[in-house]
Formats: sequence, structure tokens, C-alpha cells
Amino acid sequence: MKPAAFTYHRAHDVADAVGLLSDLAAAGGDPKVIAGGQSLMPMMTFRLARPSALVDLGPLRRMPSMTTIRAEGDHLTLGALVTHHAVETAALPDGFAVLARAMRWVGHLPIRSRGTVAGSLVHGDATAEWCLLALLLDAVVVAEGPSGRREIPAGELFHGFYATAVDHDEVVVEVRFTRPAPHAALTEFARRHGDFAIVDAAVALDLDGGSVTGGRVVLGGVAPAPVRVPEAEAVLASGGVAGDALWAAVADAAAAAVDPPDDAATTAAYRRRLTRTLVADACRDAAGGLR
Amino acid sequence: MTATDVPGLEVRTAEPRFEGRRGRWVGASIPRHEDPRLLTGRGRFVDDIALTGMLHAGFVRATVAHARVTGIDLSATRAVAGVVAAYDAADLALGDIVALLDRPAEEFTPTAMPILAKDKVRFVGEPLAIVIARDPYAVEDGIEAAVVEHEVLDAIVDEATALRASTRVHDEAPDNVLLDVSMFDTPGVDEAFSHAHVTVEVTTRSGRQNALPLETRGVVASWDARDDQLLVQTCTQVPHQVRTLVARCLDVPERTVRVTVPDMGGGFGQKCVVGREEVAVAAVARRLHRPVKWIEDRREALTAGFLAREQTYRTRAAFDADGHITALDVDVVCDMGAYSCYPFTAGIEPLMASAEMPSVYRVPAYRVRGRALTSNKAPTAPYRGVSRPQYVMAIERVMEKAARALDLDPVEVRRRNVITEFPYTGVNAVTYDPGTYRESLDLAEATIREEGWYDVRASDDRAIGIGFCCFSERTGYGSEAFAKRKMTVVPGFDLSEIRMDTTGAVVVTSGTMNHGQSHETTFAQIVADRLSIDVDRVKLRQGDTERIAYGWGTFASRSVTIGGSAVALASERLGELLCRVAAHLLETRPENVAMDGDGGVVQLDDPTRRLTYEEIADVAYLRSHLLPKDVEPALTATASFDVPGDGTFSNATHAVVVEADRGTGAIRILRYVCVEDCGVVIHPQVVDGQCRGGIAQGIAGALFEEVTYDEHGEPSAASFIDYLVPTVTEIPDVSISHLETPCAFTENGAKGAGEGGTIGAPAAVLNAVNDALRHTGVELDVTPIHPRTVLSALEGGL
Amino acid sequence: MNDPHLLSLTVNGTEEEVLVEPRRTLADVLRHDLRLTGTHVGCEHGVCGACTVLVDDAPVRACLMFAVQAEGADVRTVESLDDGVRLSDLQQSFSEHHALQCGFCTPGFLMLAEGVLAESPDAEREEIREALSANLCRCTGYQTIVDAVHATATSRRETTA
Ligand SMILES: Cc1cc2nc3c(=O)[nH]c(=O)nc-3n(C[C@H](O)[C@H](O)[C@H](O)COP(=O)(O)OP(=O)(O)OC[C@H]3O[C@@H](n4cnc5c(N)ncnc54)[C@H](O)[C@@H]3O)c2cc1C
Ligand code: FES
Ligand code: FES
Repeated sequence: MKPAAFTYHRAHDVADAVGLLSDLAAAGGDPKVIAGGQSLMPMMTFRLARPSALVDLGPLRRMPSMTTIRAEGDHLTLGALVTHHAVETAALPDGFAVLARAMRWVGHLPIRSRGTVAGSLVHGDATAEWCLLALLLDAVVVAEGPSGRREIPAGELFHGFYATAVDHDEVVVEVRFTRPAPHAALTEFARRHGDFAIVDAAVALDLDGGSVTGGRVVLGGVAPAPVRVPEAEAVLASGGVAGDALWAAVADAAAAAVDPPDDAATTAAYRRRLTRTLVADACRDAAGGLR
Repeated sequence: MTATDVPGLEVRTAEPRFEGRRGRWVGASIPRHEDPRLLTGRGRFVDDIALTGMLHAGFVRATVAHARVTGIDLSATRAVAGVVAAYDAADLALGDIVALLDRPAEEFTPTAMPILAKDKVRFVGEPLAIVIARDPYAVEDGIEAAVVEHEVLDAIVDEATALRASTRVHDEAPDNVLLDVSMFDTPGVDEAFSHAHVTVEVTTRSGRQNALPLETRGVVASWDARDDQLLVQTCTQVPHQVRTLVARCLDVPERTVRVTVPDMGGGFGQKCVVGREEVAVAAVARRLHRPVKWIEDRREALTAGFLAREQTYRTRAAFDADGHITALDVDVVCDMGAYSCYPFTAGIEPLMASAEMPSVYRVPAYRVRGRALTSNKAPTAPYRGVSRPQYVMAIERVMEKAARALDLDPVEVRRRNVITEFPYTGVNAVTYDPGTYRESLDLAEATIREEGWYDVRASDDRAIGIGFCCFSERTGYGSEAFAKRKMTVVPGFDLSEIRMDTTGAVVVTSGTMNHGQSHETTFAQIVADRLSIDVDRVKLRQGDTERIAYGWGTFASRSVTIGGSAVALASERLGELLCRVAAHLLETRPENVAMDGDGGVVQLDDPTRRLTYEEIADVAYLRSHLLPKDVEPALTATASFDVPGDGTFSNATHAVVVEADRGTGAIRILRYVCVEDCGVVIHPQVVDGQCRGGIAQGIAGALFEEVTYDEHGEPSAASFIDYLVPTVTEIPDVSISHLETPCAFTENGAKGAGEGGTIGAPAAVLNAVNDALRHTGVELDVTPIHPRTVLSALEGGL
Repeated sequence: MNDPHLLSLTVNGTEEEVLVEPRRTLADVLRHDLRLTGTHVGCEHGVCGACTVLVDDAPVRACLMFAVQAEGADVRTVESLDDGVRLSDLQQSFSEHHALQCGFCTPGFLMLAEGVLAESPDAEREEIREALSANLCRCTGYQTIVDAVHATATSRRETTA
């Protein structure tokens, strides 16, 4: 369990990183960006990933734009190198407080101290909390490549099985969350605390006093990529009194809609059943956030 | 001449202090001697060793479970930058590891485990070649470059395919059975079943597990030309057995091999068998005359390290109308994997189960058949508990099922059957020494009841269950007890040598091998009490085959019972020697002196006359002309100890309260109570620690950990992502009560405490989960219990 | 450019320069290049926590950092905790509570706990428990580790109060 050899390059700024990626690829290499390394490094240690070169974004931490959390109007912008732990301990506006609350589910403190928001999204694990949160709060991923900057909405980001719309020669510079949700929650089930979830659920409720007028339901672990569940969102959109009856209806709709995999880890039926539990729990938590 | 006349020897006046001072150390939770170095990062574990010119080793391993090897090409490996050498089985030409039992062919089939696989591989991860390089990174590059050609054969991955025997793991075992022993068929079994009021049948199964010491296996071997000796520094529980086997496989005199053991990060049985990697690395170091290090990585540890526990028990039990068990009939099948381990053989688990299955109950008639299957999975070693977690789970499920069938409380059924009069000789021809089986059961139940858990269970709409497990554990396996198993290599005795130096400090050796159990502290406590000295003056030295003629290491909770007794006896003898010399110097009769509890020997009829140990030692070494004529110079003593007969039994009852989550099926442990009796407690904190750690491992087996394989024998839990070792959030606090029945056969009255936690937890948790599911009509008899299964039970199907 | 990089970092207050292959992990460099073998390695994939050290005051997995990523960083390992004569309060507490058996996980738990206590000095037992779930111990059953860290947190609060 030792990584294969690679060449190592420190990026001095974003343009440098993009340039290094292009140059190394043009020279026949297979370069990769490394940020916190908390996903890439285990894969390299098992030699499941063997990039010929690493472009280290670490030095970019001295650029405030890469590491700060900025609230601007209805948007919250996170620099690409903002760590899970920085979010966990940040004072966020109500509309984005769910981000901080959700971080306790991401691995453990030593992982959260180094793992980054952008790294998590580009890695694209189907149960990664950031991936669910991106769909929940309409994140826009800002990536810089050889032909300049482009914005990738969360809805177009995940292609499934660790594949994302971020190209190999692009560097994510920031992630903008554009849909504040003061009544939102993420919950999950894993057999051991801190593990990637078997199933996780994130819910945002649109509330008008005690009644629900709409909302979002996002699930991880039920498909190769995290998904929104329109059938469950439809139940929220049709409205009702916030309470267990409605949550059960949302949960049933979600469980009925998903088509989860049967694999070595567990069965489709179990994942479906967890979906029902977790969606209801997330609704309850989200409503409980009512202040 | 009086003592005062001895030049330079001053006899100081001293009060007699002996009274009440004996036993000053034993029984106290003193600071551990091991702690300072381990807490400051100054311990020395095997991977911490760096020798000049040291090379690193790794293994090319089988990628398929069962195949005929048609070619190994290491030429590309040898060309990799940094690689120094690469060898396959033919290159090294080493003897095989063969572990034997003294049993007839119809009972036991001997098989050989080559150091490196030759014509065939029998499990994924089996070593085929060894790669030597300048650093561990280059080793991995070299391994990657190796080319192995093979013809894949069908893989035997479970009991059904093994017994169907479409293919053979070993040609010698046409039916894939390595051991088939019907150890007991006592009179009256069939009659009891035909007259039974209730017959209970249960098939219990436990998944394959990894003992999982946090430190993986590892070895540093180096050749010392001056000593004409191979130094093998390895993390093993059994240094002398490693020496014996390395010498045999290399075909060299045992003198030319020295095995030493540095600090060890746990073992739990995985390191009580000799690994083929240890032998291969030793052979290469000898061949290259360079130090070679191998550190197992976690993937290897999870797939190719010794595994454990995969067993199935088909148990039938007859009960009369009063709830007394009248007969027990068991068929035990253990999947031992691809090879027989040395020195225990693949027979260890089924033989242990067959001998001990009646457990703490009075069973009048008993029939048992035990089989060891071979399969295309990594081989097994006797993991902490050794079959006892499994047979205890079987019989404890029997008790619970009988309770349901008889409409009795499960604790009451146990009460009616548990052994209460000692010594008790069971139907299994084992004599049990006194214990607190019934008392521990009563106390555990009372604790749970007084805390109100039965009310919680009754009133709540949550799915709450209470489970018990009552068991005993034979800890003092002497050579007589092991010989009954018909091993050809019979562990049992232990040796100790003790030395006092000129400063009165003591070094004591033991053939046992600490790997977390605190021997340096507990053995020092024993010595300090016997010699009436401060515990900090005692240093234990273990894990060096040059320091002690032979030893059996540490397993089967034998250290304090057997090793501790040897140490106590040696200390006692040294004490006698001190007294003899002192009496001579004080010019009095030996009966007129005694150790004074303060590092000296005092004259009883004149307590003003006293010699310190330093003063005695000064004579023993530096002025030996003053010694009595019949006393040889130096202050040393040796002792051996072996437990006679059937040994001694620790016992305990565990009680657990669990909640099954209605939304996820997850099992939460709400309360864990352990009432245990390990005889005289040497160090209470250490005993508690052994209990808690053992219980954590038992819970791991009950709820989380399983080494799984697909139908081709490919292991599917090759990392900590899939092999679920529980963290602190999964392991509850455990409250422990101690009962104390001193053991009559050991020097210190202690029984072993190393394994009990692991033995009791799986059954207690499984019973509690079943109790939580009591309204569902579903009974679970398989571990680990998956939350999916629980949820399915709660919901009437998923 | 697989060639060694000259790495400068501060370890336990001492500035170090090491020539390292880029693929070498921080754990390997600490243990084998700088011979600080107190930091242990139990899995090399970030789960066991035996390799936990403080990098710029934050607890991290030394097996999940390439040493080259630690350029300019301030690293603290278990070897920094005692003063050569006395154990630190946390180490002492581990000993008093019997929070270690084989001791292999201990350096990782100590450094994790130092990181947690520095950040959350007010942590109560449950919070400590959740934070300590980052690391694995195979020997103790964890209870005494939680006790030891909790006792240290409490006594540090008392001394600063
Ligand atoms: C034991 C353990 C438990 C974990 N548990 C969880 C968990 O429960 N939930 C969870 O979500 N995660 C978990 N993780 C993963 C962790 O959250 C990772 O930190 C995260 O997934 C990746 O972030 P990173 O900065 O470490 O990315 P890296 O590992 O550095 O990179 C990951 C991928 O993203 C690419 N990348 C990184 N940054 C950029 C960028 N700015 N632009 C373009 N590409 C980029 C890399 O090239 C690589 O392909 C766990 C990890 C470990 C080791
Ligand atoms: S060795 Fe780093 S987490 Fe296990
Ligand atoms: S003390 Fe051995 S792993 Fe924790």
C-alpha cells in the first residue's frame, strides 16, 4: 500500500495550476489536482488512482478568495479550498446554516481539517454530504480551464460513479450556493459513525407559518449519483400542515420513487426502507429548525 | 564472627515490618511500568527498528483463490529501480510448515503449508514470491511488475461447496475435511431425546473475523556473523515457536536462530501462530547477509493475515418438564481456510468446542462431532476466545429457546441448569474447579432488575431487549490438558529465571509474551510481594529466546496463571536464598530470619539485626568467599510451572440491554453489565481493561465485523471502509463487578482474565437482540447481525 | 521530476530539511526520515487514526498527506508532549485511567485529543466521545480513553478558571 511514483508540482496561482495541468497533459501525462488529498490519497495508496503528476493547490491557501466564506445577498460563496472544518465552525447566515450542521457527518475531525468543499464535489461520491447539499441549495461550481472560467450548476455536475462535469484540465475556484434554505436538514445512516452513508437524505422546506408550501428532497446512496426526488418534492409542493403525517407522505413518495442498487454492501429493499426513515427524519429536523 | 564483624558490613537496627506487608502490591492498581515509554512515543515496535543497510520486503500474492500456478516471472520485478532481489519458492527451497496432531488418519489429515506457494495457490493473498528492495515504495513497484500465470480452479468458499468436494483444496483431503472427531457419545443421548419434554434445535453461525491487532504483523531479520546467528525481531506472541519453526524450515540448528520481540501492538491470537512471511524474511536475511524488514500492510492484514471464527453449530438439546437439560447433541463445523496453522493445527477450534461445549451447565448426556473444513480462504488462527464465543453462543441460544418453549424466564432456566457444586466433573470428562457461576448470574440479573430495565422493556413501545450470557473459560491449560487434545507440540509449562544484581534490583524473565496485557506491571507486582521489595525495583524481560530456554508465549489466558506462577516460584526461591545467605552472615539459623518487607532480611529473635538485599548481594557477587560453603555465588533462581489436570476456570455473566431502531434496524446498546470472577485480581484496572477490551471485540463480532468473500473467493472487505471495526461511538461503557474465587492450583490464586470479554459478548448481544424482536416471530442465530435483518424482522419482511 | 524534493518544515519546534520522493507520506517521513517513531501507522488509508499528528495546530492523518504538502508547516508529534522528565497532564491522565494497553493507538489518540481540547476546551464527555470516534483502539474498549481525556479537560478548565 504505497502510491505509485508521480511528479509533484506546486501551483502558485490558479492560472499556474491550469497551465501546469495543460502542459503536463500535453506532454503525455495524466496529471491531477490535489487539494486536501483526503479522497485522492487513499485511492493512490491502493493504486486505484495513479496520476503521473500532482498539481498541488496547497500554496493557493494564501489567496483569500480560495479559503474564505463570503455571504453576498442571497448567495454564499465558498472558496475552493475551504475545508469541511472551516464550514463546521463558521457563523453562517440562517439560509445556509444547514451547511455547518451537516459537517458533523463528514468523516471525522482530522479528515474535516484537510478535506475541501471543491475536492468533495469533484470527487463526486454518491453519498458525499457536499454533493447532496449542492443539489439542495443550488450550488454553482465555478471552474477555470484553459479557455477561461465557466459555471456549472449542481444539476449538471454529477455524472455518476465518481464522474463529474469538471474536466481534467479545470480547476474549481469557488462554489456558490444560491438557494438559501433556513428550514433544511441533512441526516444519514451509516453502520459506524463517520463513515460514508449507506443512504443520506437532505431536505429543505418552504414554510409559511406552520404550513409547507414546497421544498426539496435530495438523496444519496440510492443511485450512482446524488439525486433530487421530484415525486417527493411534489408532495411538499402540494402543501399541507407541517407534521408527521406530511413527512410520512413525503417519505413514502421518496421511497416509492427511488430505484436503489442491490450490491455487496446491502440490498435495494433496505436502501429503500432507509430512504423512508431518513426522509421523514430530515423533514422533521428541517421543520424543527423553525425559529 | 558476627555479621558486624564482616568487614564493611554494618547491621543496622530495624523494626520488624513483615506483618501485613505481604500482599502490598498484588491487588493494587499501581501505575503501569509500560506506560511512560508508550505515552511518550519511546516504545519500540517492530517497524520502529532501523538497522544499517536494512532492506525491505514484500510479497507477490495470489490474486485468485484457487489455481494451479503455471509460471512466475520475476524478471521485470528484478529490473525495477530500487529492487535488489526477488525469489520464488524454487529459489528459496525452504521446508514446509507442517502442524500435526497425534490422531489416526480417519480423524486428522496432515497438510503442508509451503513458505511460498509452489504449484498451487489456495487463497487470495497467498504469498508466491518475496521482493526485496531499498525502500517499501520500490517493493510495491516490484510486486506490481511480477507476472504470475495460472489455471483457475473452482473455489471452495463455504461449507456446502467444501463438503460437495467438486474440487480439492489439498489432494490429501479428498472431502476437504482436515479433522473429523466424534469426541463424545456418552450413554443415554438418544433415550433422553426420546423422553424429552421439549427438544430445542438451533443452528448458530458466526462470521469470519479478523483478530485485528492495530499493529499489523512484521519482522526484521538480520544475520550476525560473529554470533553465527540469525536475529529475528518479530511481533509474535510465541517467540520460541517462531525460533523452532524458522530453524526447521531453514534446516539449521536452533542455536543459530534468536528471536526477540519488541513492543507489540496487540495480537489477540493472530500472532500466536508462526507466519510464513516471518520464515521467508528470515531466510532472505540469511541469504543476503543484510537486514530485511517486512511490515504487513492493512490490506494484507485483512485478506492474507490469519483469520478466525467462521463456525456453524447444529445443536439439539433435550429438556425435561422442569427445565433441566437432559442431553446435548452437537455438530460443529469450522471453516479453517486454506491451511493448518503452526503449532495448533486446523483442529484447534473444533476440538476446543467439542471438549468444552457443555459450558457451565450440568449436561448428563453428550454427543458431539467436530469437523475442520479447508477452503479457499485465508487460514485461521486461534483468535481470543478460540471457539468459546461460538459454542457459548450456541448453548446460550439453547437456554433462551428452551425458556420460550417451557414458558420460563431465561435466567431461571439457566439457574436450574448451572453447575453449583465444585469440583464438578462433567460429561465431557473435564473437572471444573470452584467458580461463581450461579452467583454471577444472580448478580447480573439483580443489577439489571434494580436499574429498572425490565420496566423499560415492558412499558416502552421501543423495541427493547435484555440478553444474558453465563459462561466459564478454562484459563490454566497445562501440558496435561493440551495433551488431551493430542497435539504433537504440547504447550503448557512455563519457565522463569530471576536475578538480583549488586544494587538489589531484580530482573525476572518469563516465557510468556506481553502484547498489551501489562505483564511488566503485574509480574512485577507478584515478584515484589514475594521478595518484599518495591515494585519499581523489578524489571520483567520477555521476548528473547536467548534469555530463557523455552517458553510458550502468551495465549489462552495462560500468562498470569502459568507464567505468573513460575515467576512467583522463582521469586520465592530467590527469597529463600537471600534468607540462607543472610542467616549465614548473621550467624543464626535459617529459621530465625525472614524477609522484613522492606528490602532486607531480619533476624527474628533480634530484630535489631538486619541485612539489606544490597548487602547480601554484595557478598553473593563481590565477596563470594564469605558465602556459606553450600551456596553458589550469584543471586539467581529458576522455576518452572505447569497446571496439573484440567486446569482452572474463570467465569462471568454478561447482561445487555439493547434497542433495535425501528427506522434503521440499528442496534444500540443501552446498558452493559459484566460480573466476572478471575480469582485473585492482581491489578484491578488491568482486569477491567481486559474485560472492556474483550467485550468491545465481542460486540464487534456480534454487530459489525465480517470478512466476506464472493463466490470466487475474492475477499470483499479488504479495507477499513468495508471491514467495520467499531469506534467509541459504537462501543458502550461497561460496568464491571468482581467476584473472587481464588484458584487453588496457581501460585497467586489468579485465574486468567484475557479472553472472557470476547467470549460472553456475542451471545449476550444476540440474546438481547432476539429479546427485542420477541414480538416479531423472528429469531436470529447468526452473527454479525446486520441492521437490515433486524429491520426486516421488525417490519415482517423487507 | 520523480526526483526528490527538498522539504523544509518545523517538527516539534525544530526546523528540519529532508530530501523526499514526492510520493512519500508525511507519516513515513516523520517515522523513517526524521526517526520520530512515536507516530504510528495502522492502515495507511485514513481510518484508524494511529498516525494522527497536529499540522498547524489541526489534527490530521499523517498517512493522508504527502510530506511535500507539509512544506513550511508546523508539525507536532507525540514526542513533543512530555518535557523529558515529566509526562504531560494528558499523558498522566491516560496512565491513571489505564487508557492504554498495547499503546499502539495511544500517540494518535493523544494528538487527536490535544487538537480537540485546544479547539473545544469546554467539551463535555459526549462531545469528547464523538470527537474520539475518529480513531480506532483494539485493546481498551475506549471507555477509559474517554475518561482520561474528559478528566484532562476538566482539570485544565479548573486550572484556567
Ligand atoms: C476516513 C475518511 C472518511 C471520510 N468520510 C467522508 C464522509 O463521510 N463524507 C464525505 O463527503 N467525505 C468523506 N471523506 C472524504 C473527504 O470528505 C474528502 O476530503 C473529500 O471528499 C475530498 O476533498 P479533498 O480536498 O480532500 O480532495 P482531494 O482528495 O485532494 O481530491 C479529490 C478529487 O478532487 C479533485 N480536486 C480537488 N480539488 C479540486 C479543485 N479545486 N479543482 C478541481 N479538482 C479538484 C482531485 O483531483 C481529486 O480527483 C472521508 C475521507 C476519509 C479518508
Ligand atoms: S495510518 Fe493513518 S489513519 Fe490509519
Ligand atoms: S491500546 Fe492497543 S490499540 Fe489501543
